Amino acid sequence: MRRRSAAPWPLAVPALIAIAFLLLPLVGLVARAPWRTLPSLLSDPTVGQALRLSLVTATLATAVSLLVGVPLAWVLARVRFPGRSVLRALVTLPLVLPPVVGGVALFLALGRRGLVGQYLDRWFGLTIPFTPAAVVLAETFVAMPFLVVAVEGALRAADPRFEEASATLGASRWTTFRRVTLPMIGPSVLAGAVLCWARALGEFGATITFAGNFPGRTQTMPIAVYLALETDPDAAIALSLVLLAVSLLILVSLRDRVLRAGTGGRAGPPWRRA
Amino acid sequence: MKRILGTAAALAAAAALVAGCGDSTDTASPGLSPSASGSGVSGPITVFAAASLTESFGTLGKQFEAAHPGTTVRFNFAASSALAQSITQGAPADVFASASATNMKQVTDAIDPKTFANNVMEIAVPPDNPGRVAAVADLARPGLKVALCQAQVPCGATAQAVFAKQRLTVKPVTLGADVKSVLTQVQLGEVDAGVVYKTDVRAAGSKVTGIEIPADQNASTSYPIATLKAAPNPAGAAAFVAYVLSADGEKVLTAAGFAGP
Repeated sequence: MRRRSAAPWPLAVPALIAIAFLLLPLVGLVARAPWRTLPSLLSDPTVGQALRLSLVTATLATAVSLLVGVPLAWVLARVRFPGRSVLRALVTLPLVLPPVVGGVALFLALGRRGLVGQYLDRWFGLTIPFTPAAVVLAETFVAMPFLVVAVEGALRAADPRFEEASATLGASRWTTFRRVTLPMIGPSVLAGAVLCWARALGEFGATITFAGNFPGRTQTMPIAVYLALETDPDAAIALSLVLLAVSLLILVSLRDRVLRAGTGGRAGPPWRRA
Repeated sequence: MKRILGTAAALAAAAALVAGCGDSTDTASPGLSPSASGSGVSGPITVFAAASLTESFGTLGKQFEAAHPGTTVRFNFAASSALAQSITQGAPADVFASASATNMKQVTDAIDPKTFANNVMEIAVPPDNPGRVAAVADLARPGLKVALCQAQVPCGATAQAVFAKQRLTVKPVTLGADVKSVLTQVQLGEVDAGVVYKTDVRAAGSKVTGIEIPADQNASTSYPIATLKAAPNPAGAAAFVAYVLSADGEKVLTAAGFAGP
């Protein structure tokens, strides 16, 4: 019998090409990094501001997504109503929509002259664009569907008998959700939240469109990287390294807990199940 | 976005011109300039040009193509600083037209840059002027939402020169990556005012209102153009630069609001 560990070449060669393709740019980033001037490049106050803003807004966007996205996933998975599949397609549209389009759409809805924004401005004197709140909204718009898709997949895969048992024992749907459903899908919620956070952290197109660019207020790390490339490529590389380090840190610290436990030990993580 | 659409429209128009070559008698023919006729100029010419040149170079490109059948002019309009950076990184450009000498100097590949125009700043406000802006000094008013270009982009540097003259400190709500993004934010009414070039206000037509800055308070920037050493189409590049510097080129630029070199 042949050893199963040897990959046949029609699979091994393309796989090697894929590995090289995915890793080479990262190697390039590390190889070209201006290590000697790195401390002075990163001590620039705008770097700290951008990093802090990115971390805070991505976390807030994830919190908002959890607050309204998990209930939305539950409704999509558990409540039967006409047009449900159309609604599901619509709310997950930002997954495939180019983020810049999302930014333009946010302007037209929540901008000072927007559908809703004009009333916010007229009645409350509230204008959203060009504020950190606009950054959070742009990131939430783009990232929440990742969470919704992950949680809805987990809800569909979860064994309905536990919820039924809870109901027969007299628990209300809300109690059942809190005490039975949520603990059951907890790992998937965490997995979805991590995906959502990572997507929010990397958000560029919708943010620069809707929230603009101002250091310390709306200039997130990806925007800082993009703009630094025009004037000081070394600074852009340094900033990219920071984002790479943050991403690696998240991936390593959550790898076991999320990528494996995210399945609930059953059918693979939701994005793989799809 | 608008620029991309503009470029697409220019390309489509170019394609239509080439396709309909046999029967096109309606194109405004500016006549073959003596320097280029019979020089065997053909093929695509890639021009990297400052965002503020979008409209005028779009027109020049079409006229150039009509005067030199067989050529197509492709434009990449963006912030001069971004263009200089991508040329340095090896982007295949034939011609670079910058909105400042500073960004032209960054491109060591540029052959003998020549100034072809000058531009001054103007305040653009939405047509209803919600911030009641009347002069440069108003831009420093607290609570007024102002958009400027980033400092490394020529329009940002020139706007700062205007403020420095008046010893004003303007606190913008956002810094645009190029002049057209500032103009867009004014058009959308998301800001009360933006500082852009005089030519941008003219190009925007009725979508924005311009508030002129008196000459003694204003600052200007010069536009150099050059062919590039690594140009894939050196003959085409030279012909296009010659066309921009010709009387025909000057006519289009003056109509757009640029001042002579």
